[in-house]
Amino acid sequence: MAMHRGRGFASINYPIGMNLGGDPSQALVHSNPDGKFTVALSSIDLGQGMKSVTRQIAAETLGIPVADVYVDTADSDTGPHCMGSFASRGTHRVGNAVIQAAQEARAVMLEAAAEELEVDATDLVTDGRGNIHVKGAPSRSITTMAACQAAQFKQGRTVSGRGIFLIPLSEVDPETGEMTPVSCFAHAAMLVEVEVDDETGEVSVLDMQSAYEVGRALNPKLVEQQLVGGAWMGMSHALWETTEPYYPDRSHGPVDFNNYLMPGPGDLAPHHISVLERPAPDGPFGGKGPGEMCANPVLPAVANAVYDAVGVRIDELPITPEKVLRGIRANGGARPKMRLARTQFAGAR
Amino acid sequence: MIEFRKEFFANERDDNLNEIGKPTRRQDILGHVTGRSPYFDDHLFEGLLHIRCVRSPHHHARIRRIDVSAAEKMPGVVRVLLGKDVPLNLNTLLSLLDFGLDDEPVLSTTKVAYKGEPVAAIIAESEAQARAAVLAVKVDWEVLPHVLDVEDAVKPGAPVVCDVYPSNKFIYHGKFDHQKLRYGDVEEAFARADHIVEGRYQMSPIEQAPMETCGAIAAPEVNDRFVCFTSTQGLFFSLGTAAKLLTMPSSRLHFVGGTVGGGFGGKVDSMHEPLAILGAMLTGRPCKYAWDREEEMQVGAPRGAERWYIKDGIARDGRILARKFTGYFDSGAYTRLSSYAIIKGVGHLPGPYTIPNVYADVFCVYTNRTPATAMRGFGITGVDFAIEAHMDKGAEMAGLNPIDFRILNSYRDGDMKAHRRLAKNCALVECCQVVAEKGGVVLTQASRAATSLLDGGGERARLPSRTATDQNGIVSGFKGGNYAKKGGGASGPQPVALPIAASAPTPASASLASVRPASPTYQPAATPPPAPQPPAPAADTARHGALRFSSLSGFRRR
Repeated sequence: MAMHRGRGFASINYPIGMNLGGDPSQALVHSNPDGKFTVALSSIDLGQGMKSVTRQIAAETLGIPVADVYVDTADSDTGPHCMGSFASRGTHRVGNAVIQAAQEARAVMLEAAAEELEVDATDLVTDGRGNIHVKGAPSRSITTMAACQAAQFKQGRTVSGRGIFLIPLSEVDPETGEMTPVSCFAHAAMLVEVEVDDETGEVSVLDMQSAYEVGRALNPKLVEQQLVGGAWMGMSHALWETTEPYYPDRSHGPVDFNNYLMPGPGDLAPHHISVLERPAPDGPFGGKGPGEMCANPVLPAVANAVYDAVGVRIDELPITPEKVLRGIRANGGARPKMRLARTQFAGAR
Repeated sequence: MIEFRKEFFANERDDNLNEIGKPTRRQDILGHVTGRSPYFDDHLFEGLLHIRCVRSPHHHARIRRIDVSAAEKMPGVVRVLLGKDVPLNLNTLLSLLDFGLDDEPVLSTTKVAYKGEPVAAIIAESEAQARAAVLAVKVDWEVLPHVLDVEDAVKPGAPVVCDVYPSNKFIYHGKFDHQKLRYGDVEEAFARADHIVEGRYQMSPIEQAPMETCGAIAAPEVNDRFVCFTSTQGLFFSLGTAAKLLTMPSSRLHFVGGTVGGGFGGKVDSMHEPLAILGAMLTGRPCKYAWDREEEMQVGAPRGAERWYIKDGIARDGRILARKFTGYFDSGAYTRLSSYAIIKGVGHLPGPYTIPNVYADVFCVYTNRTPATAMRGFGITGVDFAIEAHMDKGAEMAGLNPIDFRILNSYRDGDMKAHRRLAKNCALVECCQVVAEKGGVVLTQASRAATSLLDGGGERARLPSRTATDQNGIVSGFKGGNYAKKGGGASGPQPVALPIAASAPTPASASLASVRPASPTYQPAATPPPAPQPPAPAADTARHGALRFSSLSGFRRR
């Protein structure tokens, strides 16, 4: 009886947003008299960082520090319509709506500044630190606070903007499936190393090497938490989770976390992530949604690694010790494949 | 451990931005780490009532009688709700997109089609009292035969799960009992392939497992309105659903949410808000309806199980010539969102590879299981497991390293995809190369030199000269137009009309992604455009009070 190591690979792409379109999101942006901005949304923060990423997008677009922006969500009396936080659509759809709203508000702020500085608004730039100045002449400047104050108390302007983002609805041809699904794709590749015990059938994930292409990492820490957590979920789907009872009476189904199996901290494997960024032409600053796709490559990569280790194809999830043992027995013993063996020439970079 | 490989696609980005790309701390972190961020369940009004549902113990049964007389007399019981108390007791979630027929009651009155289906709701002063009263409701069940397997469910003579779809299959476009994808001719390509690889893959149903279970608290507000604090993932989605079921204008509803203890797709179904608001309407008091962990796991909709059959035809050099799919999504007892997920899945086929012949039949199947719903990767995760496990077998059959096999077949900018649009903004090749390098896997010279930016388009941008179509699975008794025409379709790259003659010069491959053709050669099969439909009276009454975001399909039952 022995432990067998194996490596499995998978690569995927992932469509961002509700694929047929027709899923608008809106945003409203306005300034307090002192140049502090509120972004009003009805989008949901599930912990993925919706509020934070839209706050950075608004600040970047307005040309002001992130500390000067607060995102208020989600109250149907004050926030405009949003389809919801699902289908990896939050960053992409809401982010674009926020850009549009912030651009409109920024234009008013610059017009107000131009009037105060007695210059043309098209000659003005923001420095991202709370100042507006004439292009090439930093000394001719006004703070964003003073510009917003002047707009509201001297000039009678609302420093505000409205935004909506909508990918129009696509048709689907009933006979061929021709359609215009989504507007951008995220990508990933994953190499998983496992160890399989041919006596117990247990599979341990030892190591994960991945590359995720996310358009642009709008906030690298938020991207990291999504990728780390999502890969954990993929590993959990592959090896542990099911609402089905392991034995056939449906009354044996799990009702709590004692019998709904998931990996614990001791089951986690080191995950070495590389992030690539190829901006999506229609994404907010090129961003795509990393939240869903990060789990997907792990499931098949684990199944392929089990095959590499002991020569058993498990095509039915989850990959339980029982299925592995039955497969080994049917083959008359473990049959390691070692198709992705590390070579001595590897890793030179 | 994370690294950012900025050298890739560097000329496509401006990395000198003020706020974008910065690891800025979360706006809401202080509230989260000090336990002060308010979730729906923190709105515990004085005098709050608690709702618990009476649920079916059977997979499939007719309801002969529901006797609530004993339950109504139990201590603390304020009111018992039955289906007749729900103003419009039938809905399908995607009716907000005009997609599919209303098929699911809030509280079932005539039959149940899954174990745990609610038939009555107890409103009581305490949760314990509500639980006790649930046990006192007597339901006279007539147990019916049930079906739990997708392929059993589509066999002739299988028990009918959902009367709206008597064949146990969702009807697409009012026309077919499955969604088709037809691109080229897979059978012709299989005949000339050097290797044939076949597989069957089964995904398990999976619980979203958020820390916070689903729920809502509703209360009467001043001026004849109702406030609803909710864990929903779609605030206006749930608001629209509640307005429809309660036949109430959206202006009388005030929804508050936005901070949710994990969703992962399980908080879209809007099961709690309508019942909590209905409770508040009928008692005049604040009402809470939330699942406990057992309900979250066994009644709350899981990620549905999917079964996929894949057949590949591969040439001697490792290129995939044809790929055929048959897929069965287990939707459980009702549609919820599975029908839409299938469209998403079909648009995703055959995965991130350029394959000149692709075929798929994908069925949304009703079984007597818990209705399925969204979960992280909805419509994609299951088929990606199938595709990538299958790719591993294909690589072995072709005698190639699994990473070389992917890169060889990977899609590149300007390639035609099976849904007849050009690929753009691709990065699969680069992801494969980075992982191979990190993992010490030596690739062929060709794989190392490959790039998503080049080598695509040209011949690879062509539509197949011929596509084999069919009328398999055609149905009658349903009518539906096509998807809405208004404003749609023009946002993405369109098919490039390349002449079929091989001698025609092809434009430079790199520029193909942005080319928009004057006249695509591809014409959908000779189907007359759907005739404008007179408004169906039944559907119009059913629409009463419903907020409709858009019109996806003119899908009505005759």
